[in-house]
Amino acid sequence: MTMKALLAAMAVVALASPAIAAEKVKIGFISTFSGPQGVLGRELMDGFSLALKNLGGKLGGAEVTVIQGDDQGKPDIGVQLAEKMVERDKVDVVTGINFSNVLLAVAKPVLDSKTFLLSINAGPSQLAGKDCNPYYFNVAHQNDNVPEAMGQFLTAKGVKTVYLLAPNYPAGKDMLGGFKRFFHGRVVGEVYTQFNQPDYAAELAQIRQAKPDAVFFFYPGGMGINFLKQYAQSGLKGQVPLYGPSFSLDQTILPAVGDAAVGTFSTAFWSETANNKANKKFVTDFEAAYGRIPSPYAATAYDGAYLLDAAIKAAGSTKNKDALRKALETVKFDSVRGKFSFNTNHNPIQDYHLYEVTKDSAGRLINSYRSEVFTEHKDAYSTTCTM
Amino acid sequence: MAKSISPRAVLGLLLALALLALPPVALSLGEPFYIGLASRMLVFALAAMSLDLILGYGGLVCFGHAAFLGVGAYVVGILGHHAAEQTLLFGILPGTTSGWVTWPLAMLCAGFMAFLIGLVSVRTQGLYFIMITLAFAQMAYFFFVTLKGYGGDDGLSLGQRSTFSDLVSLRDKSTFYYVTLTMAVLVGGGLIKVTRSRFGMVLRGIKENERRMLHIGIPTFRYKVAAFTLAGAVAGLAGALLANQANFVSPAMMHWTRSGELIVMVILGGMGSLLGPAAGAVVFLTLEEVLSAYTEHWQIILGPLLILVVYFARQGLYGMLPRRRADR
Amino acid sequence: MGIFLFAEQVLNGLQLGTMLFLMASGLTLVFGIMNLVNLAHGSFYMMGAYFAATLFKLTGSLVLAAAGAFVGVLVLGMALEIAILHSFYRRDHLDQVLATFGMILFFNELVRMVWGPQAYFLALPEALNGSVELIPGAPYPIYRLIIIVAGLTVALGLYLLISRSRIGMLIRAGASNRTMIEALGVNIRVLFTVVFGLGAALAGLAGTMAGPLLAVQVGMGDSVLITTLVVIVIGGIGSVRGAFLASLLVGLSDTFGRMLLPASLAEMTIYILMAVILYRRPQGLFPAHG
Repeated sequence: MTMKALLAAMAVVALASPAIAAEKVKIGFISTFSGPQGVLGRELMDGFSLALKNLGGKLGGAEVTVIQGDDQGKPDIGVQLAEKMVERDKVDVVTGINFSNVLLAVAKPVLDSKTFLLSINAGPSQLAGKDCNPYYFNVAHQNDNVPEAMGQFLTAKGVKTVYLLAPNYPAGKDMLGGFKRFFHGRVVGEVYTQFNQPDYAAELAQIRQAKPDAVFFFYPGGMGINFLKQYAQSGLKGQVPLYGPSFSLDQTILPAVGDAAVGTFSTAFWSETANNKANKKFVTDFEAAYGRIPSPYAATAYDGAYLLDAAIKAAGSTKNKDALRKALETVKFDSVRGKFSFNTNHNPIQDYHLYEVTKDSAGRLINSYRSEVFTEHKDAYSTTCTM
Repeated sequence: MAKSISPRAVLGLLLALALLALPPVALSLGEPFYIGLASRMLVFALAAMSLDLILGYGGLVCFGHAAFLGVGAYVVGILGHHAAEQTLLFGILPGTTSGWVTWPLAMLCAGFMAFLIGLVSVRTQGLYFIMITLAFAQMAYFFFVTLKGYGGDDGLSLGQRSTFSDLVSLRDKSTFYYVTLTMAVLVGGGLIKVTRSRFGMVLRGIKENERRMLHIGIPTFRYKVAAFTLAGAVAGLAGALLANQANFVSPAMMHWTRSGELIVMVILGGMGSLLGPAAGAVVFLTLEEVLSAYTEHWQIILGPLLILVVYFARQGLYGMLPRRRADR
Repeated sequence: MGIFLFAEQVLNGLQLGTMLFLMASGLTLVFGIMNLVNLAHGSFYMMGAYFAATLFKLTGSLVLAAAGAFVGVLVLGMALEIAILHSFYRRDHLDQVLATFGMILFFNELVRMVWGPQAYFLALPEALNGSVELIPGAPYPIYRLIIIVAGLTVALGLYLLISRSRIGMLIRAGASNRTMIEALGVNIRVLFTVVFGLGAALAGLAGTMAGPLLAVQVGMGDSVLITTLVVIVIGGIGSVRGAFLASLLVGLSDTFGRMLLPASLAEMTIYILMAVILYRRPQGLFPAHG
């Protein structure tokens, strides 16, 4: 745990302790806090903590205890943490998970125990479709959706050939699957690299050979930094334009990559420049608290806390699980994305936009709004979900 | 003489009582989590004993033992997966969750793999043996990492624990614990019998001086391969238990650091004593649990502790126990 | 496969190979001369990367950072040798494996405490961030070329050191007959400490160079260590020449394996290579002893 994360956790406890309210809520927060993807856990935790701070350390009036666990990006460690949190700590909600493979592994022990599982980032198709569950909610996105928007955009743009890259894990499959669902040109290469692979020299050589019109890549966090840096170093930048989901070009990546990313397009359901009241407050507060621009991870984590707050308030308690579930399904909260509602499979219905990497007045890289791609878009799996 | 109860016997009796009383005590305290943890300890105790057979008695420093554990776990995982999906393995075999089938099969597969690896490996000596067992374990690790049909490096969740007709239900934590305990005691006891047999004597002889054993006409190669196979099979059983305990299998079980940890358990407990390594496994996992609750940087304590144990206490924990009179 | 793709992949294989050689040369010397299996060699790689990353942040100079990290790991290696490892030279391999495994745990955790759990990503200076066209029409990243050149330079330097200098003569003598140099009255303790420190520093250099290319993170030395062990076993433990050839062999087969073989085999390429070589030649390609 970094000092900052520790302080954040301590702040949560400190804020919670003076209250005398009998109602308590325990949150198990499993995320990747170490290694090349450690920045993702930090973003999620910071976004969640900021919302808790704004809410006075309470969710729906109940005192909050956050128990933090580092899954190191590994499903087996995630499972152990989840079991410990459910059985020993008896948490009411498990949340925080950023990787779909960890989420899929954790889902069984958590959902079997009828504990709420709230995803604030990962959105595997399995849990949106045939494995959907009354106790699973995804407040962020279904993995396919953001790439679907990019597929739509590139088709409209008239791009003929595209080369696809993603890590070999469930979200990578979903992302490229989503892209192909809406891209009608030709896919000249579809490469799944090892998860957390640091070196992309061999793949870059093959892109050079294939000469596609465009490259669509999904590499979150540290993988994205390495890929973008090596792409620029290889001399491919300027020859073949890059397109990605926001996760390949967000604030966990842009500061480390620098000017090499300027002019790159991405699609997203949110950006740091999203123009609504809730978001302006969020971005200002986040910068004031942590001294950096938030990423989509922080944004959905922030939304997740506000969703829980509204739902617990409406249900009156976390102990009546049926009431809480119904509240989660229907309750309104001030999302930093503007419009937001849950589909029947507990995944979001929301808008998707096109963004371009530009510089703000201070010379920092940001994602600037370009156009609307989808309005009130649903994922492709909700029809196969029966619960 | 016969009337006086040896400290060893007292210790053993207390231990047996503690082991039997653990689940009801944990339940009455409202902490069922610790039953699962204790089951996990027993599984690793069994795995550590199997490694001790070749490491402590045979002197074969196997740096890939976790692979056998992993293969055993995957037998349960893969057959369970096919049972849940109602598909056929290799297009002919139906899946099953029956422990009557999967547990012996886990032993068989892990044992067969150990036999093949043993055939190649035990010809080499010293560091080359360490390295070649590591290489085979890495192959197994990457094989399962790339086996995307069964989750690859994302792992595979078990739909349900193994079933034993209607005899026992492993879904219940306490039942699973007692089954694991029974397995550990039976198989561990079997291993102790093996080490006291002629086979065990020969193994020890090979460790002391292989050339002498050869000269007195003992086919040491066959003995070493046999011991390796047996150790692999027992590790496979531990793997099948581990899959049930975690309800999840993944290649991470076979990572080389896991093999390293198994060796640590053996040395910590005292190699060449079987009961020592079993205790070593329990101590190792307890350290992990206790130290990690106290500080997440617990490995900064474990690392130097390990160096000290290797340097000063070669007999491990077992060496610190009061000895039997006959041993003195 | 086009000729450009082939050439680029050969360079990629060489780059990986020279990097591995920096790791392997130290490890194989330490084993050959002191008979020590040092799993903590990967920790020196990691420490080199962290030292360099810190110095780079402080000074902004890549050269200063690399030099500082080299000296830093050299001192760290010698200190460890004097404080702990020399007393393990006469122990069996099992003890060495365990003690140095303990060191891995210690160093990984130390780095996590000092530098935090998240990875560092270093930006290269603008001048090194581009590519050059060695062959017209086939650009190649400058930084990767620098790694190749640096690796080959170290290889040449080691060759000269070992074949031409007095310390090299002692190293050769030590590798083939340990007791002989003791009989010559050489202060063997000092020789051991120097050789160990030098090997550690070369591993640190490899880590330094990997930093800007990959990521500086806890445990970064662990996977490299395993690959390096494969290299020295293939090359014949104790042989620097064997380590050099095996490094290039492993670097190239890993790179081409990834491109040509199905995914399920690609990751296993080097282990299969090692098993086959050991089956044919149980002492590796260039056995140092006898």
